[in-house]
Amino acid sequence: MTRELICIGCPMGCELTVEVEDGKAVSVTGNTCGIGKKYAETEVSAPTRMVTTTVMADNGKPVPVKTRTAVPKEKISDVVKAVKSTTIKLPARIGDTAVENAAGTGIDVIVTKNAG
Amino acid sequence: MAEHISLAVIGGGPAGMAAAAAAYDSGITDVTVFERDSELGGILNQCIHNGFGLHTFKEELTGPEYAARYIEQVKQRGIHCETDSMVLSISPEKQITVVSKARGMRVIGADAIILAMGCRERPRGALNIPGMRPQGIYTAGTAQKLINCEGVMPGKEVVILGSGDIGLIMARRMTLEGAHVRLVAELMPYSGGLKRNIVQCLDDYGIPLKLSHTVVDIRGRRKLEGVVIAEVDGTGTPIPGTEEYYECDTLLLSCGLIPENELSLSAGITINGATSGPVVDEYLNTSIPGIFACGNVLHVHDLVDFVSEEAGRAGRNAAKYIADKGSRKNEPHIVKLIPGNGVRYTVPCTIDTANTEEDIHLRFRVRNVYKGCTIKVSANGNTIISKKKRITVPSEMEDIILKPDMLGGIDGDITVGIEEGGV
Amino acid sequence: MTEKITGYDIAVIGAGVTGCAVARELSRYELSVIVLDRESDVCEGTSKANSAIVHAGFDAKPGSLKAKLNVRGNSMMTELSKELDFPFMRSGALVVCTDEADLPKLEELLERGKANGVPGLRILSREEAHETEPALADGVCGALYAGTSGIVCPFGMTLAFAENALANGVVFSLSNAVNGISRTDDGRFLISADKGDITAKCVINAAGVYADKIHNMVCEPSFTINARRGEYMLLDRSAGSLVKSTVFQLPTKMGKGILVTPTVHGNLLLGPTADDIGDKENTATTRGGLDTVRKISALSVKGIPYNQVITSFAGLRATGSTGDFIIREDEKVRGFIDVAGIESPGLTSAPAVAEYVRDIAAGILPLKEKADFIPTRKGITLLAMLPDAERAGLIKQNPAYGQIICRCSSVSEGEIADSINRPLGATTLDGVKRRTGAGMGRCQGGFCSPKVMAMLAEKQGIPIAEVKKNG
Repeated sequence: MTRELICIGCPMGCELTVEVEDGKAVSVTGNTCGIGKKYAETEVSAPTRMVTTTVMADNGKPVPVKTRTAVPKEKISDVVKAVKSTTIKLPARIGDTAVENAAGTGIDVIVTKNAG
Repeated sequence: MAEHISLAVIGGGPAGMAAAAAAYDSGITDVTVFERDSELGGILNQCIHNGFGLHTFKEELTGPEYAARYIEQVKQRGIHCETDSMVLSISPEKQITVVSKARGMRVIGADAIILAMGCRERPRGALNIPGMRPQGIYTAGTAQKLINCEGVMPGKEVVILGSGDIGLIMARRMTLEGAHVRLVAELMPYSGGLKRNIVQCLDDYGIPLKLSHTVVDIRGRRKLEGVVIAEVDGTGTPIPGTEEYYECDTLLLSCGLIPENELSLSAGITINGATSGPVVDEYLNTSIPGIFACGNVLHVHDLVDFVSEEAGRAGRNAAKYIADKGSRKNEPHIVKLIPGNGVRYTVPCTIDTANTEEDIHLRFRVRNVYKGCTIKVSANGNTIISKKKRITVPSEMEDIILKPDMLGGIDGDITVGIEEGGV
Repeated sequence: MTEKITGYDIAVIGAGVTGCAVARELSRYELSVIVLDRESDVCEGTSKANSAIVHAGFDAKPGSLKAKLNVRGNSMMTELSKELDFPFMRSGALVVCTDEADLPKLEELLERGKANGVPGLRILSREEAHETEPALADGVCGALYAGTSGIVCPFGMTLAFAENALANGVVFSLSNAVNGISRTDDGRFLISADKGDITAKCVINAAGVYADKIHNMVCEPSFTINARRGEYMLLDRSAGSLVKSTVFQLPTKMGKGILVTPTVHGNLLLGPTADDIGDKENTATTRGGLDTVRKISALSVKGIPYNQVITSFAGLRATGSTGDFIIREDEKVRGFIDVAGIESPGLTSAPAVAEYVRDIAAGILPLKEKADFIPTRKGITLLAMLPDAERAGLIKQNPAYGQIICRCSSVSEGEIADSINRPLGATTLDGVKRRTGAGMGRCQGGFCSPKVMAMLAEKQGIPIAEVKKNG
């Protein structure tokens, strides 16, 4: 099977052609660098995404957060739900953990803006 | 007597902070940054998504994290920042009138000024979209501010007009917040945003992108009830019979950004019609010596990394201007940069070839999508530099570096153009 | 919530410029007056979306109410604008002719104007016209000049009437639509409205495009009101100085044609179109209409920077079936006064209409002047209109004037707070916009609306998400 992808590694947006066998990439063409190859390999087998959203602070204002690393794509909405059911205490500093092991991904959600 | 400072930086967003820090590092420590918001960081504060800083920091940061790095730089240097301070006007003599709650109204003179006011979104009125004027129509950035900074969701059923990056980002953002984004319509036959945003913000969530489509009617008296979308022909005119009604309570507009140059105009600075930003030379000096411009007030960027880089140069050049009291080493020899075939504009607009010491970042945008083309910089029929491209798109800024040794002996205008084919 | 039946001497239905002007006039007398409107603010209908012109009065038919009240209203405007503190400028107007064959029509207008008693009219030759307004299109071959024509802020004027009426004891009951009117046994009117029943000895019907509907609730049908839609384009202040006076084209049956005019806020306004539409709620702009505005405006003025359009809008003229203003006590239902068909020159005429209505009311109720009538009203102090020294002083006095919220129009927190906190204050984003200009600039509220929403939410004790744009 052949899959056409657009690399999201950088703004170049290389158009990738991936030959897939048994859910794995056997060849990648169209990439200009290693990021493209790696992206294609992950994207066809186990796609992941960074999730950014906001968590409510105890003053009723939102504070921006992100997953520390990318999470499996199918877990995005569970991660967001986990964040939405949380309220954090202020003050918060960049890098503080807002939600531990979000939605069982093993990945923490961390604060991205100093607040309070 | 009026106050006087060495350098006034107008705007405390990514451009202003980088410019102030660079000027400081070049020896000008009497710098004040004037920021109209209550905190530094500018529009980055509401851009909570990631993708910032790949060039500058070699890692992927969110907007607030990227801003925090520069806020830290400004703090470490002890640069004086006045937040909640609005500059009302600038005079050609480099006096600024600034107003704030804490300090009242003041007139401050400066040896040099760096303009870093950023840009604003094109509102509905400027797009001439016909129909009613109900509640529920927002520019994408206003919706972003409401959701990310105020925790307020504007609506549940959403149509987005314009595929600029903010619109794409907001399609994902509103979906994650529980809204149903019905579609993104784009007037042009190509997207106005970065490809990765189309993949990550639309494709991931199954949100359709309809190119060559626009809103032709808005319905609802008090509250938005729906919009009519139609296909457009090559001239952007709606094609009768293609109208489709979409029920929605929210219409987001992501139809372009306009540099905010009302202050520049108050000083009498010449504006480039193609960018709506000041005309600048390779020092990023505007038509008034000692007033520099950088970032989105100069021309709209798609990556903040390029804003920071450009602002750093503006800061260094302003510092040099102040130190040299505006004089240049050699008798200036000014050549013009002319946008040639397929090129909408260039920044800078002129180069003083007699005084070029640093590499010149020549930045421009193309008019259309060109596949397999060559960017050619030439003067008097001779090619100065050329660069082959697999693809160029209007939504992505091009950047070519001109080295000082390339510019020796050039007499006459430099043209930047696209040659199609040849790859 | 239902308010219990409350008795008034006079109930004015409609809080547009006419209703508010009438209410203010009646507030000079010892009367209890209530103004009812279905919207949450005054000036929500025809009064908010029009050309904002104080007409000289040369094109109404001599002898008509329109002619008489226009000229009278115009002559009152300078003093009234000082008394009630609203923006008005006597900037003059030109009616331009673009076809030499039509030049005699300018003479006709001149004669008509003279018959109406309009001062300061004269015919300009091609050269004189172009000298007066260098931006006139090359095809302009002559013009009628009207020195008494002016421009006004229609919101400012309506608010001024309303606030002054309020200060003099008039009750404003907004968001209170009238659903029915009947006569009581003792000859009063029973008005059933959303918030409850009200009785009044006299009803003044100033309901704009719905005046026929209100009339027919209690009277025999005697006129109809047609909604005639007009579309406009508003250009940024950077284009505002293209012309210094209002440039009309020769009038047609449908109205005064498409004009090009500066506004008191320094913008340039183009429009209106004229479309008779059945729908009294349809204030939609159309592609065709905006195209017409562009095309026709270019016939009288050259170099209009159409890329500087910041917004477009449409308003509905309340065009009466008689061709003239309909201002009279109903022949059968005594005490019911129609003030209907108030299309152009309704804004100009408003203060004169108010006097005229007062005289009718004097035949129904005894009018005794109040000893403590307050004739003046102070508007919101707008920072951008002040000289630098005064601005600085104001900020020293109240630092909130140093916090700019709307950057395009330089509107401060102080002004916005004033607009929200004063009596009859703004409760919506549009209400703040109309009172202060915040959100009326080139970014159209993109930056300031979240902040204004937060201020409105705080005042009303509601979440930001519930703050309304309008109504």
